[in-house]
Amino acid sequence: MVTNSVQPEPRLLRILNYVSAVLMMSAIWMMFFYAPSAQLEAGGETQRIFYFHVATGWVGMAVFIFAALAGIVYLARPHPTWDVLSVAAVELGLVYSFINIATGSIWARPVWNTWWTWDPRLVTATVMELTFLAYLLLRQSIEDPQRRARFGAIYAILGSLTVPLTYLSIRIWRTIHPVVIGSGDPSAQGTFDMVPQMLHTLLFSLLAFTIFGITLLWHRVRLGWLSERVEQVRMKAMRS
Amino acid sequence: MIRVLPYLGVVVRIVRKDLAVEWRSRQLVASMLVFALLVILIFNFALELDARARSELSSGVLWATFAFAGTLGLNRSMSIEKNGQAIDGLLLAPVDRSAIYFGKMLGNMFFMLIVALLTLPAYGILYNVNLFNGGLLLVILLGAWGYSSIGTLLAAMAMQARSRELLLPVLLFPLLIPVLVSAVRASGYFLEGLEMVYIWPSLNLLLAYGVIIPTLGYMFFDFVVEE
Amino acid sequence: MIETHGVSKRFGYRLALESVDLRIKAGELVALLGPNGAGKSTLLRILSLLTRPTVGEVVIAGFHLPMQASAARAEIGFLGHQPLLYGELSASQNLAFYAGLYRVKRPEARIKELLKLFDLQFRSNEPVRTFSRGMQQRLALARAVLHGPNVLLLDEPHSSLDRETVAILDELLQAQADKGTAILMATHNLLHAQRLAQRVELLVAGCLAASWKRSQFASKQFLALYDRTLRRAQTGAHRD
Repeated sequence: MVTNSVQPEPRLLRILNYVSAVLMMSAIWMMFFYAPSAQLEAGGETQRIFYFHVATGWVGMAVFIFAALAGIVYLARPHPTWDVLSVAAVELGLVYSFINIATGSIWARPVWNTWWTWDPRLVTATVMELTFLAYLLLRQSIEDPQRRARFGAIYAILGSLTVPLTYLSIRIWRTIHPVVIGSGDPSAQGTFDMVPQMLHTLLFSLLAFTIFGITLLWHRVRLGWLSERVEQVRMKAMRS
Repeated sequence: MIRVLPYLGVVVRIVRKDLAVEWRSRQLVASMLVFALLVILIFNFALELDARARSELSSGVLWATFAFAGTLGLNRSMSIEKNGQAIDGLLLAPVDRSAIYFGKMLGNMFFMLIVALLTLPAYGILYNVNLFNGGLLLVILLGAWGYSSIGTLLAAMAMQARSRELLLPVLLFPLLIPVLVSAVRASGYFLEGLEMVYIWPSLNLLLAYGVIIPTLGYMFFDFVVEE
Repeated sequence: MIETHGVSKRFGYRLALESVDLRIKAGELVALLGPNGAGKSTLLRILSLLTRPTVGEVVIAGFHLPMQASAARAEIGFLGHQPLLYGELSASQNLAFYAGLYRVKRPEARIKELLKLFDLQFRSNEPVRTFSRGMQQRLALARAVLHGPNVLLLDEPHSSLDRETVAILDELLQAQADKGTAILMATHNLLHAQRLAQRVELLVAGCLAASWKRSQFASKQFLALYDRTLRRAQTGAHRD
C-alpha cells in the first residue's frame, strides 16, 4: 500500500522544472532561428515542425515501451508505484504521440497536398494511439485497484507487442502487388537534405522533449500518490 | 514440470464441455451465422459491389464479417462462465489455469471455424465467387487461431469489468489488426492465385502472432482470473 | 486440516479480514457466525483458494499455500452462494465434467450414487437451469463432495432451502464429519449452528471476536451471551 506520505516537491524535481523550461525554450528558439528552412518541396517554413514531430514520435514510442516494462515489473512485484508509473507513461505517450500525428499531418498538407496517407508509419502510429486509449478505457471500467493495475499491465504489454506486428503487417500490405485502389507511395516526396544545423536542432529537440517528458512523468507519479492518499483518507473518514 | 497428458486431457474436457453446452442450446452458431450473413448483406449495400470489384474485395469483406461475428462468440463463451459463477468451479478444480485458457481458446476457435465454413459457400453463392481454395482455408485456420488467442484473453478481462460487451470490441480490435491485415492480404492473394513468394510474408506474420499471443495468454491467464 | 496464521485481506483500501488465526481439525464441524459484511465469504474464498490473502499463511490438509495450491485443491470441496453449475447441461453432465477435472475414480458409479443420495436421479437429464433453488443447491452440494474432499467449506448452505433439502444437507454434514472431514460452515443463523456444530467462531468486521465450544452454546443462556458479545464487538470495531 502507498503508505508513504507525499513530501513537498523534492529539490531535484524543482531543478528539473527549470531545466525543462530552459531546454524547451532553447529548442523552440533553435527551431525557428538556428536551423535554416528546408527547400520549398519539403514544405519550406512548415518543415520546421519536423523537429517537434520526430522528437515527440521517438520519445512517445519509448515511453509506451517504458509503460509496458513497468507493467512487467508490476506483475512480478505488485507495488502500486509501478502501476502509477505505467499509467503516467501511457498518458504521456498518448499526448506525445498525438502531437506526433497532428504535427505530421500539418507538415504533410503543404508537401503531399493531403492531410493523411495510408503510409505504414502513420497507420501504426494511429493504431498505437488507439491501443493505449483502449488501455485507459479498460482501467476506467475496473473498480478494484489491484485488478485494475494487473489488467492494465497485461494490456500494456500486449499492446506494445502487437504494435510492431501491426507495422510489419501494413508494410507487407503496401509492397509488390500493384495497388488498384489508391496511389503510389507519396512519402518519397518531401525528403530534404539535412544540413548540420538541422541535425543539431533535431538532437537538441530530442533531448529537450526527453527531459520535459521525465519532468512531466515525475509530476504525474506524484499526482498518483497524492490521489491514492486522498482515497485512503476518504475511506477512513467514511468508515468512522 | 507440467505433465502433458493430464494437461491436454483438461483442455479437451473444457472444449467438449463448451461444445456440449452449445449443442444443448444451439444459440451461438445460429446467431453468429445469421449475424455474418447480415453483415455481408450490409456490405453489399454499403459498397455497391459490382461483379469485378467483388472478387477483389471479397477477402476484405469476409474478414471484416468474421471479425465482428467473432465477438459474439467470445461474449457468449465468457458469459457461460459468468452465469452462476461457473468459472469459480473451474478455478476450484486442481487444474492448471492456463489449461482453462487453451480450452476456452480452442472452443472459441472451433465456433469461429464452423461459422466461417458455413459463411463461405453462402458468400460464394451470393456473389458468384469460387471460395473453395485450400490456401484460403489455411488462412482462415491461422486467422481463427490468432483471433481466439487474443480474444479469449481479452474476453476474460472484459468479463470482470463494467459494461463488458461494450469494452470487448474496443480492447480487441486494435490488437487484432496484425491478424486482420495479414489474413486479408493472404486470402486475397490466394484467391487471385498469386505465387507463394508474395503470400509468405503475410503467412509468416500470422504464424508469428499465433506463437507470441498464445504464449502470452499462457503466462497471463492466471493473472487475469485470480483475485 | 485447516490452519490460518495471521490472514488479512485487503480490497483496495478496505480491510476485509484482519489477522485471522483459525484451526480446524479433521472431523470437526465448525460454524462461522457473524453479521452480514463481516468477512465470512471472503475467509471462505481464501480457504478454498479462490482468493489469495494479502498477508498471512494458509495450510490446508498439510499443504502450504500458495506453493502447493494445485495439490491442495484436490482436497477441498466448496459450496458458495452461487451454484457453480452450467445451466444448459444436465445434472449428470455437470457432475461428469467435474468428475473428469478432479480425476474421480469410477465416475459413473459415483455420480449415480450422489444423484440418488440427493434425490436428483429422476431429473438427471434435464438442463440445470430448470431446477428449483433447492435442487440446484443439492446438485451444487453433490459437486462439492464428488471427489471425496477432506475439507468442506460451505457459505450459508441453508439459505432459502426447503425443509427436505435442509434435512439431506444436515445428514450429509454429519456423515462427512464422522468420516473425518474438516468442515467450516459460514452462517448467520444461530439455530443451524447450534444444531450441527461442535464449535462456533464469531467473525465481526474482519476479526475473530469469540470462540465457543459445544458445551457453552448448547445452553439456553447462550443467545443472550451471543448478542452481548456481538454488540460489544461491533461497537469496538467502529471505534477503530
